[in-house]
Amino acid sequence: MYRKICLNVALATLLGQPLAATAATDADLQAIREQIQQLKQSYEQRISQLEQRLQQAEAGSKQAQQQAAEAQATAQQTLTQPVIAAPPSGSESAFNPAIAFILSGTYGNLRQDPAVPATGFAMSANNPGYSKGFSLKESELGISANIDPDFRGVATLALAPAGGVTVENAFVQTASLGHGINLKMGRFFSGLGYLNEQHAHVWDFVDQPLVYRTFWDNQTGEDGLQAKWLAPTDMFLELGGEIGRGRGYPGTDRNKNGTGSSVLYAHIGDDIGIEQSWQAGVSLHQTQRVNAISPDASNPLLNDSFSGDSRTAGVDFVWKYAPNGNIADRYLKVQGEYFQRRLSGMLTYDTAGLNVTDNYSNTQNGWYLQSVYQFMPHWRTGLRYDRLDPGTANVGALNAANIVANFGYLPSRTSVMLDYSPSEFSRFRLQLSRDLSRQGLPDNQIFVQYIMSLGAHGAHQY
Amino acid sequence: MKKILYSLLLLLFSTSSHAALNVFACEPEWAALTQQLAGDKVNLFTATGPLQDPHRVEARPNLIAKARRADLLVCTGAELEVAWLTVIQRESGNPAIQPGSAGNFEASRYVQMLEVPSRLNRADGDVHQMGNPHIQTDARNFLPIADALAGRMSQLDPANAAYYQQQLAAFRQRWQAAIARWEKQAAPLRGVAIVVQHRGFPYLNNWLGFKQLAELEPKPGMEPSAAYLGQVLGTLQQHPAKMVLRAAYQDDRPSAWIADRAHIPAVVLPFTVGGTPQATDLFALFDDTISRLLAGMK
Repeated sequence: MYRKICLNVALATLLGQPLAATAATDADLQAIREQIQQLKQSYEQRISQLEQRLQQAEAGSKQAQQQAAEAQATAQQTLTQPVIAAPPSGSESAFNPAIAFILSGTYGNLRQDPAVPATGFAMSANNPGYSKGFSLKESELGISANIDPDFRGVATLALAPAGGVTVENAFVQTASLGHGINLKMGRFFSGLGYLNEQHAHVWDFVDQPLVYRTFWDNQTGEDGLQAKWLAPTDMFLELGGEIGRGRGYPGTDRNKNGTGSSVLYAHIGDDIGIEQSWQAGVSLHQTQRVNAISPDASNPLLNDSFSGDSRTAGVDFVWKYAPNGNIADRYLKVQGEYFQRRLSGMLTYDTAGLNVTDNYSNTQNGWYLQSVYQFMPHWRTGLRYDRLDPGTANVGALNAANIVANFGYLPSRTSVMLDYSPSEFSRFRLQLSRDLSRQGLPDNQIFVQYIMSLGAHGAHQY
Repeated sequence: MKKILYSLLLLLFSTSSHAALNVFACEPEWAALTQQLAGDKVNLFTATGPLQDPHRVEARPNLIAKARRADLLVCTGAELEVAWLTVIQRESGNPAIQPGSAGNFEASRYVQMLEVPSRLNRADGDVHQMGNPHIQTDARNFLPIADALAGRMSQLDPANAAYYQQQLAAFRQRWQAAIARWEKQAAPLRGVAIVVQHRGFPYLNNWLGFKQLAELEPKPGMEPSAAYLGQVLGTLQQHPAKMVLRAAYQDDRPSAWIADRAHIPAVVLPFTVGGTPQATDLFALFDDTISRLLAGMK
């Protein structure tokens, strides 16, 4: 089969190329000669005209001098050479990559301990990214440059406030494959959903939506490969697939051949006139959780362990509106995402004590809907509503008395924010949240945040 | 069956290169110039509207889809589009329009740049290391850019090279006559003191000889504070200006505030083709710009 395709490719190229080549040698060559002749004549004419004008100008008044200057400029430019070529710098630093550094800090005023997970999501990730009082957020160092004509490299290092550096992103991507194909390899944020790929400094709120916190540990990343294909259509249509190690939550990092996770997604999008634009997508994610330890939902002093499959499906959309399409002035953005995850496998209750293992399966879902409105240049306000559904678990008979199957509670949260950006590179934010994600522990939260970026001017995704 | 499909697919890819050039113009002025030089020989797409800040555009899905099929980008360059075009080029998966390719035309490379900073420090606001990118406010800049653009289109589309050169010759003739007319009309503007809202008019100043007294933005890209505007007002009481200029896409409040207190007219300039209802093409852009400036003198 493969050979047949190769043969076909070769055949088609052979068929296509010589045709084009012979065509070029016959009729086109004559045409090109004529064109060159015409060009030469017209330039010679023009240059002689300009010379005349120069002479006139030298003789004449102040106004004539101006014309001469213009003529001189035009004479130069008839050569259609760039006026300024980038001055070649002798030093090695001329090839230094673009470096951007993000500084961010938060003040949080919370009544409840943020370490308590949302009701029914004890087995999920819970890293809110904020704490009581003043805290430095991760400082982010981004480095990127073209490696050679074919590849571009990107690294994002996160400097944790407590010390230590983690590699958030480190990937190379192709730059010249053509046909709308982009490949990435290394460590990257998955292209699923809408928010997942966006870095923390462009988030519209202090924290990620609850569904991202619990389902994706804020942002899911992989060590692996990503392939994207952009269809040659008038409307934006992009298909993407990823395979990876499985290290990103909800996967489990382990030493094993093959792939530990796979993702498929599609995005479509378009403009509606000059003022509106939109994008919508669907995503599928699949991985395995292996010996994933988490505190028990009803007794946090005990640990449970789960091994099994995780399958997630999601839909996302975003719609933006700006009067005259001018986002510098005012704009409105509405976005929402929904994810549903099915976990099925074996759950071990109280790993250190009773150690009872039986079947466990559960389907959980979560969504958010948010809107951000820039009501005047530099000032924005936003509203977000979060909702989670912990589902009703199917618990094997051995664990029926140990594991809570149904919590009968739907965690939710409402947040409002106001932010001010003195320039493109700095932002201050105030956020208030009414957090009802934990049953019996309602919380009113106040956050004040700054986000600043220094260095290279970043370009942001839609 | 599969063989036939593959062969058809390859033929599709190889034949598509013979169709008319797909031109992706970043700003309306370059779309208008391309239109002058290429007429209906190209498929033209304009990425930004006349009332959009060309520096602040989003890498919208539609732009990525259009860039995917573009043979030629016609943009200002000089970092004007840095916040969005780089993402579009990358996501398009189209090698023809990457930086350094023949399909990536940057107009700012063919004119003498002004306000090239002697030091690069964001403490000076949003400065561009290659100079001020708002080159389209000086009509004279269009001549070298037209030369280079016609050359570039001839290179990419040799079949129509003669047509592009012919259009270029016609455009040059009309444009040079128009420049002479505009310079004559604008003679009363020479030496006139003005205030600008954003540092967007150095090329216009250089061409028509305005004397720019102040900017309403304390630094490029920064919001004017009440205190700073008060300071500008103080300057204007000592050295009066004739008018305050802003581009059509900019917020009208700062210039209205100063115009009100300094008792000078706030003049809105189209800044690009379509910026005002009168600025319907390149010629009308400068006709309208100059008539609005002259009206501001009264």
